[in-house]
Amino acid sequence: MHALEKTLARASGKTQVSAGEIVLAEVDLAEVNDLYLQVIKSFRELGGEKVRHPEKTSFVFDHYSPAPTIKAADNHKKMREFCAGQGIPHLFDIGEGVCHQVLTESGMVGPGTIVVETDSHTTTMGALGAFGTGVGATDMATILITGKLWFKVPRVMNIVFEGTPPKGVMAKDMILHAIGDLRQDAAIYKAVEFSGGAVREMAQEERFVLCNMAVEMGAKAAFIAPDGTTLEYLSRYGWKGGEIPATDPGYEYDSVVRYDVSSLTPRVALPGSVDAVSAIPGEKITVDQVFLGTCTGGRLNDIRTAAEILAGKRVAPGTRFVVIPASRRIFQDALLAGYIETLVNAGAVLSTPGCGPCLGAHEGILAPGETCVTTSSRNFPGRMGSTEADIYIASPATAAATALMGRLCGADSL
Amino acid sequence: MKLQGHAVKYGDNISTDLIIAGKHTKTLNVRDLADHAMEDLDPSFGEKISGGGVLVAGTYFGCGSSREQAPVALKEAGVLFIAAKTFSRIFYRNAVNIGLAVVECDTDAIDEGDILEYDVGSDMLKNMTRYRELAVTPLPEIMVEILKEGGVVPYIKKHGGF
Repeated sequence: MHALEKTLARASGKTQVSAGEIVLAEVDLAEVNDLYLQVIKSFRELGGEKVRHPEKTSFVFDHYSPAPTIKAADNHKKMREFCAGQGIPHLFDIGEGVCHQVLTESGMVGPGTIVVETDSHTTTMGALGAFGTGVGATDMATILITGKLWFKVPRVMNIVFEGTPPKGVMAKDMILHAIGDLRQDAAIYKAVEFSGGAVREMAQEERFVLCNMAVEMGAKAAFIAPDGTTLEYLSRYGWKGGEIPATDPGYEYDSVVRYDVSSLTPRVALPGSVDAVSAIPGEKITVDQVFLGTCTGGRLNDIRTAAEILAGKRVAPGTRFVVIPASRRIFQDALLAGYIETLVNAGAVLSTPGCGPCLGAHEGILAPGETCVTTSSRNFPGRMGSTEADIYIASPATAAATALMGRLCGADSL
Repeated sequence: MKLQGHAVKYGDNISTDLIIAGKHTKTLNVRDLADHAMEDLDPSFGEKISGGGVLVAGTYFGCGSSREQAPVALKEAGVLFIAAKTFSRIFYRNAVNIGLAVVECDTDAIDEGDILEYDVGSDMLKNMTRYRELAVTPLPEIMVEILKEGGVVPYIKKHGGF
């Protein structure tokens, strides 16, 4: 069995499961974000009175946080009341950060846990060896009432990154390269495991980027086998430990794809589609806004990378540079390290830890005809505001270099 | 449970951002959601789908965000069921959970305006206009049962759990 299959087997009280089988699994951690007041409505519609496992339930206010509208404020209010009434101890209120980052810092997620969130990027949890998947309101309400959810055991595809990436090439470039090659629907209904020398050498923060973006190729869950790097991260955030499921030798993957990243150059996803991936275009592309943040591009090493590029320099006139740390903890670490001061001195605009403009709700919405370079994960038409805005997805290094020059460019060209 | 309606056809990779933009997702009023369904892709969607339309698409329908407001908005706008070559898994699951049938089949054999008929749980989709039957990827039994009850809420109310 694969480690993810062992995780699903353990959670559903079985010794053996196989791909395609439907299992009813106990959920170790459920998370509701502030886009999902519907969860509470569905909970009531389903006849719910008491949340089955309050201690395994969390709420995170990140998508519209602090509230930009009266409606959003009212949603937050109702969720706070629900948490208080149900005795849910894990309410991460405004400013705590993006749910996926907040949960990885909570000490509640580790190898072999089943994490379900009302957000597609829950695949991020795979970088800690957990089975993490996103659901909608009705599934989440079912979990709140029963503590369980049914899953179809997925096949697992293996993406192997070998070699040492050149300086200035980040995990984001590697995963964009893979998505561009395999396309955005390559892993529908499947899980994706990342392995290979480049992954083993990668910092934990960068591993989250790979697993986060796995959903951009359609994946149900992602996975990186836990090692010393994982355990060091887990112990830093108070993971109590537990059995670490490992994939059996001889497990047969759905498919195996290999990439050598030793000569990879910075990648971008061109406007409109995450799988329209290319090297940085040769022609001059003037950029109105650069956004560095989110669950796939707002961690400490992302902010450090930007600070190193912009130290003692200024953001180009005519370009706005919005920086949003993925969590309060990251914000604090970046403050202590001096990165925030460096970025603000360079002309960056800081905002509250959370999703920011990633989903076009607030804090940097795009006007028609504008061009944005973002470290976030999606560039569908209209994602960050106007459907007539162009969104390029890039690594934090490319984003910072672009902010400096005012035109799309890689850090390797500075 | 037979569903019959006219095809309203779109292309590949229709994201949940196009189905219902993030800025419209704060409300619990399903009518408000329906009013904005697909508006960025096709401002006349509401008109085309009204009177019982079948939304037909290419590959990877419903990709992107996990927002359940996407199938809710489509259902409320009048979509009887959705036929596509492939779906994003979260959208697929959310649609079934709210009682909106999803049909995976070769939609190249469907044109705008064709009359389609689908019996929930069946392995065939009938294109009445072209006198053709299209093979449908089978749904897991649990999903068929949920759809027959009209979604997870009525299903759980009836069965008390899974």
